[in-house]
Amino acid sequence: MAQSTTHTLPPPFNSSSTTPKPPLITQGAEALLYKTTYLTPSTPIALKHRPKKSYRHPTLDTRLTKARILAEARVLVKCKREGVVVPAVLGADWEEGWLACEWIEGKTIRAALDGYLKRDVGEEADLRGEGVRGLMGRIGVVLAKLHGIGVVHGDLTTSNLMVRQLEREGDGLESLSLGENREKGLEGEVVIIDFGLATQSVQDEDRAVDLYVLERAFGSTHPQAEGLFEEVLRVYGESYKGAKVVLRRLEDVRLRGRKKSMIG
Amino acid sequence: MIALGLEGSANKLGIGLISHPAQGKPPIILANLRHTYHAPPGSGFLPKETAKHHRSWIVRLVKQTLQQTGITPSQISCICYTKGPGMGAPLQSVAVAARTIALLWGLEDKLIGVNHCVGHIEMGRAITRASNPVVLYVSGGNTQVIAYSHYRYRIFGEALDIAIGNCLDRFARALNIPNDPAPGYNIEQLAKGGKELVDLPYAVKGMDCSFSGILAWVEGLADRLASDENDSRADRLKTEEGKVVTPADLCFSLQETVFAMLVEITERAMAHVGAEQVLIVGGVGCNERLQQMMGLMARERGGSVYATDERFCIDNGIMIAQAGLLAYGTGVRGTVEDSETTQRFRTDEVYIGWRERDG
Repeated sequence: MAQSTTHTLPPPFNSSSTTPKPPLITQGAEALLYKTTYLTPSTPIALKHRPKKSYRHPTLDTRLTKARILAEARVLVKCKREGVVVPAVLGADWEEGWLACEWIEGKTIRAALDGYLKRDVGEEADLRGEGVRGLMGRIGVVLAKLHGIGVVHGDLTTSNLMVRQLEREGDGLESLSLGENREKGLEGEVVIIDFGLATQSVQDEDRAVDLYVLERAFGSTHPQAEGLFEEVLRVYGESYKGAKVVLRRLEDVRLRGRKKSMIG
Repeated sequence: MIALGLEGSANKLGIGLISHPAQGKPPIILANLRHTYHAPPGSGFLPKETAKHHRSWIVRLVKQTLQQTGITPSQISCICYTKGPGMGAPLQSVAVAARTIALLWGLEDKLIGVNHCVGHIEMGRAITRASNPVVLYVSGGNTQVIAYSHYRYRIFGEALDIAIGNCLDRFARALNIPNDPAPGYNIEQLAKGGKELVDLPYAVKGMDCSFSGILAWVEGLADRLASDENDSRADRLKTEEGKVVTPADLCFSLQETVFAMLVEITERAMAHVGAEQVLIVGGVGCNERLQQMMGLMARERGGSVYATDERFCIDNGIMIAQAGLLAYGTGVRGTVEDSETTQRFRTDEVYIGWRERDG
């Protein structure tokens, strides 16, 4: 998927001609994500570059790029300050279109779920497993915390939620890293990434749409695991004041979206 | 196998005749006739008048189809009609015609109700030979980003309020742009003369988007447009650089903004499912600026765009025949008694038995 076509890195990351070009991790819709270093050669970062989009009118492109990089940086800082687990911001340049963030070691929820469901092939995946339900619950908690501080992500998918890899040494967690633990891939702290479409909002409508977007991502990416999303919502509903109202609003949004009347 | 397709879910009445020769051979289009009901400028097409239009034209078009092709009813395997989604009265008037024809020709147990959206997708795939594309379905009533998985066309993104075509149609009404041949077509032609980009709301939420706020915004600007570039009235709308805004500029700005939103959500879906092909279907899909923008996006991703022209993009009977015949080929049958219509019919409700599980 991530073919490195003719994309070039923005300055200053294009300066060192001696070192090889850093690896392209993924090509999203709007941005290219590289793993490189910043500030010190031993500080790994996720560099998010938003190249110019030739399909967009240049004025609109400049406006969107600037607004999105600034909004993303502001939201990330706010999350960090309020205790929501997100990558730290290390630098940004909206003229050149880049944002440098802390590198998160781990895998996406999408990969974790795919791995879990694959291992469980057979006719029916075990969706009752403690590990997988626990993970859904942790997602619910993190989303509740995010919404609780007045941030709406805007693009929640299972690719934009990560499970941070557990530290293998030091933390006394060695006992958890037993290779035969089949739910091992589901353990770890849930980290929200990619705040490229995030906005600051405390409106129930925005929060409900946020959840709705994730619900649909679940249904379309992991059709076998659609039922798991209920657990995310259950824990979400218990995790902050106002969550119940959002869940009621979600029902309205569903009527407008997924099952809405489609004329023509 | 030959199928007759009848489409009338909105203001187009379409009759199509398609043939599927042998296994693995491309379908042959025998006839693709269409007659459109145009509402007067400043208004939209209403169910009652549209249904009346369909009733008065359908016999003529079906007769013409047979005459033109020399096909006799005995050669036809099944009758396919649009089950939904769409406007109730026009859908029903065409369904009545489909039942009548089925009874007359002895095909009363071979009446196939087709999902309109699936018809668009299958016709697009047949014409362009795109094997497993992400589909952008854009029309007067629908805005969806779709990808196939596990025997369903799954909806990844869609408009949360009004459809893109509805936004364009109503914008045309606000500016009194004619409905003939199509409001969107006339906006497209006007936009070619536009230069100034007006700052408009941009509403993308993940793979979903919203158009009602943009529509309200541009409708509010309609009264303040300049008659031409030399209009010097003080109360006229101006850009940040102080240039006056003409109707052409507003058409241009609207297209640039809403199409950028559509391309963005399509690109996000492509990134999400890892697809390289994108297929545009539906009436708005004939817009060449949209096709061009999608092409630029696809090229930057190392992929390609597939689009069809107005014969297949705009509602037509052949697409209903195509999707119906595919279903017929897998053993789907329908009787006159079961031949209902429905205004609400989601794309992902249809079991796509004619495709492999993973594409």
